[in-house]
Amino acid sequence: MTAHEVTTIIGLEVHVQLKTQTKLFCGCSAAFGAPPNTQVCPVCLGLPGALPVMNEHAIELAIRAGLAIHCSIPPMTKWDRKQYFYPDLPKGYQISQFDLPICADGYLEITDPADPDGTRHIGIIRAHLEEDAGKSMHDEVAGKSDTRIDLNRCGTPLLEIVSQPDLRSAAEVKEYLTQLKLILTHLDVSDCEMQEGSLRVDANVNLHIDVDGKKVATPIVEVKNMNSFRAVERALEYEVERQYADWENDGLTIEDNPKTTRGWDDVNQRTFVQREKEESADYRYFPDPDLLPVRIPSERVEALRQSLGELPRATYLRLQSQHDLKPYDADVIVNQGPAMIAYFERVAEVSGDAKRSSSWIQQDVMRTLKDRELSIDAFPVTSVGLGELLKLVVKGQLDNTRARDVFNYLLDHESTVDQAIQSLGIEQVDNSEIDALCQELLDANPAVVADVRSGKVQAVGSLIGQAKKKNPNANPQQVRETLLKLIG
Amino acid sequence: MLDSAKELLRMQESGDLTAVEITEQALAAIQHSDPQINAFTHVAAELAVDAARRVDAKRLAGEALGPLAGIPVAVKDVLCTADMPTTCSSRMLKGFQPPYDATVIHKLREADAVLIGKTNMDEFAMGASTETSAFGVTRNPWDTDRTPGGSSGGAAACVAAGNVPLSLGSDTGGSIRQPAAFCGVTGLKPTYGRVSRYGLVAFASSLDQVGPIAWSVDDVALLLESIAGFEPRDSTSLNQGVPNYSEILQTTDLRGLKIGILRESSENKAVDHAILAAVHHAGDVFRSCGAELVEVNLPHSEYWVPTYYVIAPCEASSNLSRYEGAHYGHRTESIDSNSEQGPLVSAYCRSREEGFGAEVKRRIMVGMYALSEGYADKYYNQALKVRRLIKGDFDAAFTQCDLLLGPVTPSSAFRIGEKVDDPIQMYLCDLFTVGANLAGLPAISLPGGFDEHGLPIGIQLQAPVLEESRLLFAAGAFQSVTDYHTKRP
Ligand SMILES: [Zn+2]
Repeated sequence: MTAHEVTTIIGLEVHVQLKTQTKLFCGCSAAFGAPPNTQVCPVCLGLPGALPVMNEHAIELAIRAGLAIHCSIPPMTKWDRKQYFYPDLPKGYQISQFDLPICADGYLEITDPADPDGTRHIGIIRAHLEEDAGKSMHDEVAGKSDTRIDLNRCGTPLLEIVSQPDLRSAAEVKEYLTQLKLILTHLDVSDCEMQEGSLRVDANVNLHIDVDGKKVATPIVEVKNMNSFRAVERALEYEVERQYADWENDGLTIEDNPKTTRGWDDVNQRTFVQREKEESADYRYFPDPDLLPVRIPSERVEALRQSLGELPRATYLRLQSQHDLKPYDADVIVNQGPAMIAYFERVAEVSGDAKRSSSWIQQDVMRTLKDRELSIDAFPVTSVGLGELLKLVVKGQLDNTRARDVFNYLLDHESTVDQAIQSLGIEQVDNSEIDALCQELLDANPAVVADVRSGKVQAVGSLIGQAKKKNPNANPQQVRETLLKLIG
Repeated sequence: MLDSAKELLRMQESGDLTAVEITEQALAAIQHSDPQINAFTHVAAELAVDAARRVDAKRLAGEALGPLAGIPVAVKDVLCTADMPTTCSSRMLKGFQPPYDATVIHKLREADAVLIGKTNMDEFAMGASTETSAFGVTRNPWDTDRTPGGSSGGAAACVAAGNVPLSLGSDTGGSIRQPAAFCGVTGLKPTYGRVSRYGLVAFASSLDQVGPIAWSVDDVALLLESIAGFEPRDSTSLNQGVPNYSEILQTTDLRGLKIGILRESSENKAVDHAILAAVHHAGDVFRSCGAELVEVNLPHSEYWVPTYYVIAPCEASSNLSRYEGAHYGHRTESIDSNSEQGPLVSAYCRSREEGFGAEVKRRIMVGMYALSEGYADKYYNQALKVRRLIKGDFDAAFTQCDLLLGPVTPSSAFRIGEKVDDPIQMYLCDLFTVGANLAGLPAISLPGGFDEHGLPIGIQLQAPVLEESRLLFAAGAFQSVTDYHTKRP
């Protein structure tokens, strides 16, 4: 697209709704989807005289999230008021954090989309807690536009995670968001449902264009209203093209126009200029006198750090090094969450074959989960059961077809692997029996023997099928080996 | 004219009076005096009689009764009540009825008190004369040409006028103590956090505190016992048990108590001679009870008023943001849809323009200015630093003495209209009271004499944090050897 070398500069502000039962400063339910204005009380409505009380669980979730993205947790944090007038904001201010955020100065490790073996550290400036505002719903009925206000969302806890402008492409942004979502869902900090608004992304993007060895920066654009990962990716791709084309046309740089806000139009797949809500807003931040500063003893931080366990990125790397999985396979398993990781590891341990375990889980297990709309916690085949089954396959005592019969039996019956084998009439066939069966088949098919002798080894295939018919329990691999041995 | 709460309790127990009779007396007294005094914004006659009836029925049935059973209590109109309007004496909240009770209101109901009505005040508690009320000025029962003080002017005046034995006020910079002094009654500002602020409409959150007003220390202690205590819905509430304050008041022996007199206030030229004389006289009374008097100084006391008049408006400008006409309260009828900023901003601006009075607007402007970019360091943050120094002064002083004695006000009750156009003169009414708010200390205003016009004079005692018992103990001793608190207008 370009005659110049261009570097894309992207920083993200991600708002994550924390998975608390109740709101940040009152006892109202924080659940999504209730009828408008049914989950409200004097506190979240900001009625005269009402006072906020901090939700300890939100603090804990914020610290866990912060530790997972390598942030430091200060010994003291506090609440500040951010003041602006908006109909969704009944108090006229939002309780947020200004100069002492609960998490500061971390990073998120992501896979480099340009190099699957490479990693990138994306800096995190801060992550702070704040209460959400309500929602305005614009009714355009009969030519007059009414605005209805739903204050259910007022006071639900948000963690705003602000990255450094370290991201260099839409693909990196997608990877960053994927990793972030993985961590937050893994830790049960948030649902991260973009459709429900529990994960919202604003992106700041501009270009650094190399003009005869001098860097020229385009105006920074904050892109809002993106409600899927796909939309984020498309919006940023669009914005990179647009900014370059604009610069070629008008030559405007960051000095001419430092920052504008644009929305994403998903229907037409383009960004558009948004009217600024506040021009050079002065939020007049000051410490909220209704809430005491929050002291966070280092012991509490350490205890929470201990409780984190292994994080998805580390598991992903370990599955590759310890179990020799391919990056793709490790990624699929890690993406399924902690319960699936645990399931996989147990199957691999019991069966002694991680790759086989991984492939069974990705095919048979995950397909069944999808078909039956189950979570792995409710899966009828236990990890030990599947591990034992696969161990028999590894030892050559069951072929894949018979193993699948057993697996299907286990899906529908409460049974051990042994019981299943017995119920299905699967018997271990001893070597002499196989020898006899093979000899019988060779005697009856001299043409096949001749073909094999003349070098067409694949001709034994027809005999394996016949052996299977005569004795369903015969292991095809063993039959094949025996036939070839007997032919000599 | 009603008796003291203690006496009314005794008479109900002996069967001389019923709660309904007391309530009817209170309502009759209000009907008689309020056309002149205008202490009430709302009188809940029917609700009060119903409540009194329930008390009488409980007593008759032999059920356990709360400590304020059948006692009429008036409540400053800054406290949320689910069955009466809560207006803060502002046009902005005219007719507004909250869906919930403030914690102190809930506690009063639990104590079987009879809530008689809501009392007039300076708009959103901003003022020192109850002249900024949107519902007319309250007049001082001692001289109806004079103000009752403010902002709890109605709460002090209705007690002074004998309408009710007890009332609740709120004190952000002296708003209980100054009107108590002007009206010749006893008023206590408790330690910050001692009484829940839940349901107290905020003026300046870090300074506001609810407190009792009554004729005597005995009744103040009785009311404080009922409203104090930890409140999980108020993060700034102190998690400390409530002492039995009434039991402390059984002695006049103050031996071992060291009372500090502030050198600055006794040398202040702006203070009326009669006020200084009353303070010296009070010192003599305390000495006669066995207390030792020492002179102490608070080096940063000259910064109390300027510090207060930065912090309070800053917090107020923020706390009052919620009144914009969108969700409740006054909404303009003349939204300009063609306004340059759009109809929404026009609706906000006009609703606030029409809803707020001049003093409230002045403080919102001052607060927004002092918090704005480029000025916050010069004003707000600087004021926070000075506030820490002021607290330090008190800490140091209380290593030398147990209580501090001084004036409440520079003068006795001034005339209505005298200072209303001169905000600085009005702000100086808080000269001696704001220190306790900035430092979060408990302080009490006691009747300590009369000036040449026969107007009451208050004296103030201040104590370290949570030492209400010590305050009440000394104040009780003072009232047991003086009779200023028994005088009626
Ligand atoms: Zn709520």
